[in-house]
Amino acid sequence: MSDAVINANGLTKQFGEVIAVNQLDLTINKGEVYGFLGPNGCGKTTAIRMLTGLLMPTSGEVSVLGLSLPKQANLLRYKIGYMTQKFSLYDDLTVAENLAFLADAYSLKGQYKRSRIDELLAIYDLAARANQLAGSMSGGQKQRLALAGATIHKPELLFLDEPTSAVDPENRRDFWEKLFDLSELGTSILVSTHYMDEAERCHKLAILEKGIKRADDSPEQLMVNLNCQVVEVEVNNSRSTKRSLVSHQHIHSATQLGARLRVLVDNSVNDAEAWLLQFDNVVAAKAVRPNLEDVFVSVTGERNREQTV
Amino acid sequence: MNLSRIFSIVKKELLQLKRDKTTFAMVVMIPLVQLLLFGFAINTQIRDIPVAVVDQSNSALGRVLTQTVEASQTVKVVAKYPSVILAEKAMAQAKVRAVLVIPRDVAERLSRHQALGNATPNSSNYQLVRPIGQWLVDGSDTMITGAIKGLANMPLGELMKQPVNRQVTTFAVTPYYNPAQRSVVNIVPGLVGVILTMTMVMFTSAAIVRERERGNLEMLINTPISSFELMLAKIIPYIFIGALQVTIILSLGYLVFDVKVVGSLLQLALMTLLFISASLVLGLIISTIAKSQLQAMQLTVFVLLPSILLSGFMFPYEGMPEVAQYIAEGLPATHYIRAMRAIVLRDVEVTEMTYDALWLMGFTLLGLVIASLRFKKRLD
Repeated sequence: MSDAVINANGLTKQFGEVIAVNQLDLTINKGEVYGFLGPNGCGKTTAIRMLTGLLMPTSGEVSVLGLSLPKQANLLRYKIGYMTQKFSLYDDLTVAENLAFLADAYSLKGQYKRSRIDELLAIYDLAARANQLAGSMSGGQKQRLALAGATIHKPELLFLDEPTSAVDPENRRDFWEKLFDLSELGTSILVSTHYMDEAERCHKLAILEKGIKRADDSPEQLMVNLNCQVVEVEVNNSRSTKRSLVSHQHIHSATQLGARLRVLVDNSVNDAEAWLLQFDNVVAAKAVRPNLEDVFVSVTGERNREQTV
Repeated sequence: MNLSRIFSIVKKELLQLKRDKTTFAMVVMIPLVQLLLFGFAINTQIRDIPVAVVDQSNSALGRVLTQTVEASQTVKVVAKYPSVILAEKAMAQAKVRAVLVIPRDVAERLSRHQALGNATPNSSNYQLVRPIGQWLVDGSDTMITGAIKGLANMPLGELMKQPVNRQVTTFAVTPYYNPAQRSVVNIVPGLVGVILTMTMVMFTSAAIVRERERGNLEMLINTPISSFELMLAKIIPYIFIGALQVTIILSLGYLVFDVKVVGSLLQLALMTLLFISASLVLGLIISTIAKSQLQAMQLTVFVLLPSILLSGFMFPYEGMPEVAQYIAEGLPATHYIRAMRAIVLRDVEVTEMTYDALWLMGFTLLGLVIASLRFKKRLD
């Protein structure tokens, strides 16, 4: 597609024996908020670092904003912003000093530099803390400062590596509002997360597990394409019932929700509700609408199943 | 290369330095404390060596002789033993470093000794060439042995209230640049080199590693700042700090130890600038090798020790074996200490030290290139 901002083919990164990212194919279109969903250690950070040109891929081809990586990584610097997983601005500089440093690093000049910093301080609600040392701020404030720093040069493409991992739910919500504001202004965004609610807000989503892309689509489509049915069952003796359910080959997983179990049943089973009632201790069964967590469990669970069976 | 980007990093480094009170204090305290410490402590003129006396004559003359020896201030009599065997034991236990043995016939020996009287000594006469006493020395420390050896020809005229035979020397020796023979005169200019090596290499060796350890590197290398800009900007702030330290050392050297800069201050500044740059670049290379600040510190010590021991600061360069001289030649401190002593003590023109100046310059440029090449704007 011509308006793709990121195109990756067979992207692989190996650290010694460990394959951190395995044959990743990726197409991200302009203006999208694209999510990487996966547990810790699934290769999200490694993938982002390769896409920003900070890591050399072991094999595979990457083109970001029409530039081929890692050869043209230096040309990419002005066009992308990168918010690292760990706060990477200077703790011993103030908010204003950090932003001024980055403004200079991106060669912003004179009046424009000053007005851009003031603008960012206003957008990210940091004006009152301009002279506070970054190290003394809360997680949410640091995160807003990091986003301000990553966008100071108005990048076309923004990478965010687990931006909300150290932030409370309220700040997370506000943060996503800011992301959609940026998206509306035409910034393409790649964000990694391990929160389902955040993943659900993305335009498109890749589910990663052990360096392998398990699924890749819009959240709605992923739920529609789910290869199993979701049934909530009421049970007696929930722990042992759960154990007996998951040992059945047509049941992908069972997640306990208080007294109930959320069961993923294979599509090959007809009338899953009735089918489940045949099990011991199952009192009631009701088919429900799948959510993203079900998708995540089903696509990542498949592999575990193959390995154990 | 973009000057405003370099300036932005310099400004950032200075801001961080300003807030890092410990480092800031070290900038001032290291030269201050070390100069006072070394200036007073390192002294090649050894005094008050603890010695014992075994006076076999047990006479008034023996006691006067002991006092005369003590009056030289080279030794201090801390014990008297009735026998040589007991004295040797004390020496083995390191209670004393040497033993003066005064023989039974000391009076007889002294009266015939060539140090007294005016006649030409007859060296073939055994009676006349006998020394009047003997020093037994714990010879493990050659400096102490040397100092005791200096007592071998001690004038004894005062002892007998008689005119002294004039010393007959083969050569007359005239010390040119340090006529008073004060070791501090040689130490202060050398100390500038050692202290600068220590602080400059130490500061910059942590420069890149610190960015990595604190997690700032990932952000930094994602900006358009180039490797060379970063390397250059990392050393510029410390050039001023080095200059400040040299000023402290030389001012204190003048005020406390009365060591004057004989040569031109401008030339001194020029050589110092070259040396500071070379040391900073050396630290920078270390910084691109080390994986943690601890490793950087260890590598700094690895450079620092030869800079102290081989550079000519402690021992004369010319006296070292050839291999050691080659190693010393590869250390910036050797070239700088050589040049500093030339300028401070002997008023030598820089034009006569072009080799050392060019060497330092070459080292800086080459090192800057190596550091920039070693520092990849990538994480792997």
